[in-house]
Amino acid sequence: MLQSPVIDIKHLDHFFGQGQLRKQVLFNINLEIQAGEVIILTGPSGSGKTTLLTLIGGLRSVHDGSLKVLNKEMCNASAKELVEARRRIGYIFQAHNLHKSLTAQQNVQMGLELHPEYSVAEMRSKSAQMLEVVGLGNRINYYPEDLSGGQKQRVAIARALVSHPKIVLADEPTAALDKKSGRDVVNLMQKLAKEQGCTILMVTHDNRILDIADRIVHMEDGQLSNANLQLVTAG
Amino acid sequence: MIGFIQQIRRRTPLGWLQLTKQKSRLLVAISGVAFADVLMMMQLGFQSALYESNTRLHQNLNTDLVLINPQGQNLVNMSSFPRRRLYQAMSVEGVKSAEPLYVNIATWKNPETQKETRILILGFNPNKPAFDLPELQQNLNKIKMPDTMLFDEASRGTYQETIAKVAQGETVNTELERRTIHINGLYKVGASFAADGSLMTSDQNFLMLFPKKSASSVSIGLIDLEPGYDPQQVAKSLKAYLPSDVKVLTKQEFVEFEKNYWSTNTAIGFVFSLGVTMGFLVGVIIVYQVLSTDVNDHIGEYATFKAMGYSHAYFLGVVFEEAVILAILGFIPGVAVSLGMYRLTRIATNLPMYMTVARALQVLILTMIMCGISGVIATRKLQAADPADMF
Repeated sequence: MLQSPVIDIKHLDHFFGQGQLRKQVLFNINLEIQAGEVIILTGPSGSGKTTLLTLIGGLRSVHDGSLKVLNKEMCNASAKELVEARRRIGYIFQAHNLHKSLTAQQNVQMGLELHPEYSVAEMRSKSAQMLEVVGLGNRINYYPEDLSGGQKQRVAIARALVSHPKIVLADEPTAALDKKSGRDVVNLMQKLAKEQGCTILMVTHDNRILDIADRIVHMEDGQLSNANLQLVTAG
Repeated sequence: MIGFIQQIRRRTPLGWLQLTKQKSRLLVAISGVAFADVLMMMQLGFQSALYESNTRLHQNLNTDLVLINPQGQNLVNMSSFPRRRLYQAMSVEGVKSAEPLYVNIATWKNPETQKETRILILGFNPNKPAFDLPELQQNLNKIKMPDTMLFDEASRGTYQETIAKVAQGETVNTELERRTIHINGLYKVGASFAADGSLMTSDQNFLMLFPKKSASSVSIGLIDLEPGYDPQQVAKSLKAYLPSDVKVLTKQEFVEFEKNYWSTNTAIGFVFSLGVTMGFLVGVIIVYQVLSTDVNDHIGEYATFKAMGYSHAYFLGVVFEEAVILAILGFIPGVAVSLGMYRLTRIATNLPMYMTVARALQVLILTMIMCGISGVIATRKLQAADPADMF
């Protein structure tokens, strides 16, 4: 059975600035990502990885080329369509970005509130369950300030995955964590993604976690390297 | 509508949680709103006390219709008109009686301090008292005696001893317009901005005090109607019948006439409106400060929520939720403090400062508008929450 890719990018160009200051940052990007894949996007800073991630996530509008996410064309999408698109995607940021005034459970619940199909009771039980899964079942009523860095990032993962998105976009999720917590966090992401059948696209500089990827895509100067290398996992 | 309520019930009360997480900031915000509320309440209270106190005598007038000289400005500044007009008025259908009321402001010696003070003197026919006061009914025979007067026990000034003596049945003597007068009765109306106190006496005594005034020059004409006649109707026929040197007013119109004088011919009304505006602005600034600091503090979190798919409208909702919460939480202590301040003012000045439901509502609505405006200004900062900056 031929499945259409969850992310399908063709001839994507992107520019920043206007007029004379206009500068091209992405050049003719072509990329297909299949459902359930874990992709790591690497490359030096300034190579345009983050820009590509924000375009896929609907945080910037696409003007040139074609970018289909879950079969929706993002090129020239309206502000409203972009907001809609974001709801189908889970985000994990470098900083956890949890809301300080909300408990862990309330933070996770914010990820469900956007989906009107859940009742209040369902939201409560699902968010508690999700925190259980990431190993914070005994801390659901803690505020972020009372959690460690790794625990906060796990709450953020719970928030991103609680609504079972088809795609998770992660930007340096381990950058602020020590080796062990970083490892735990990516293992957790990988495990949950496999269980839920979701696709992960992760930008990272962290060589310690490259082994979880099904495929590594390298980016330099706004262009993808011609070879989409199959990763040979080291020992 | 049902959908909207369900949405509200699903929603995490983000504004409330943000405000209550930082107790000290919430406290500052609430006291700021309460302060603005107290300012507005006091100004509105003074304003309406001004109007109330200047019309208390008017409101107690024992009459249906009032005749005045069109040149008259207020109770202590009445021009007179010929008494003949009263006799003419009696021939109009529905008029039962037409009585003169003489009004003058003069200087008397405070019986306690011996200092000269201005006082309002009201003279009328003792057989047909001009005011509807129970104490007046009991004391009518006294003012038929020469140079005998009744005193307003709610007058502003040092009169405690005098009032105590008179209340015990003693007669207090003092000087008014170079005549010795005797006070042997009391009534209660209260001080006003125009006069600190008042005396009531018979028309005869009044004319003896002021030899330059004549019985035929009336300050205010009081017209009583036969039962069953509509004051508006009779006022109409009186207007048609009487020459234009007198103005016919119903009792209520006479009250309005006095209020109108104070609101338009003095700066007082303007001053109080300005005071309310100042309180309002102080509130706007305080609430804006609190809300914009709060938005600034959470800009990163808001950007994250935007990335998750929350729309701009959602955050407008959060800011307005905070604005409404602050309005309500600040209003409660604001009213409580105002009630205390009103009481203090009543005790200190005898001014009729009372909280009315209408005023409380008025201030609540003003507070909502105040917080709303602050909210609108504060939400401009939300534009800075750009989810693309989050990566």
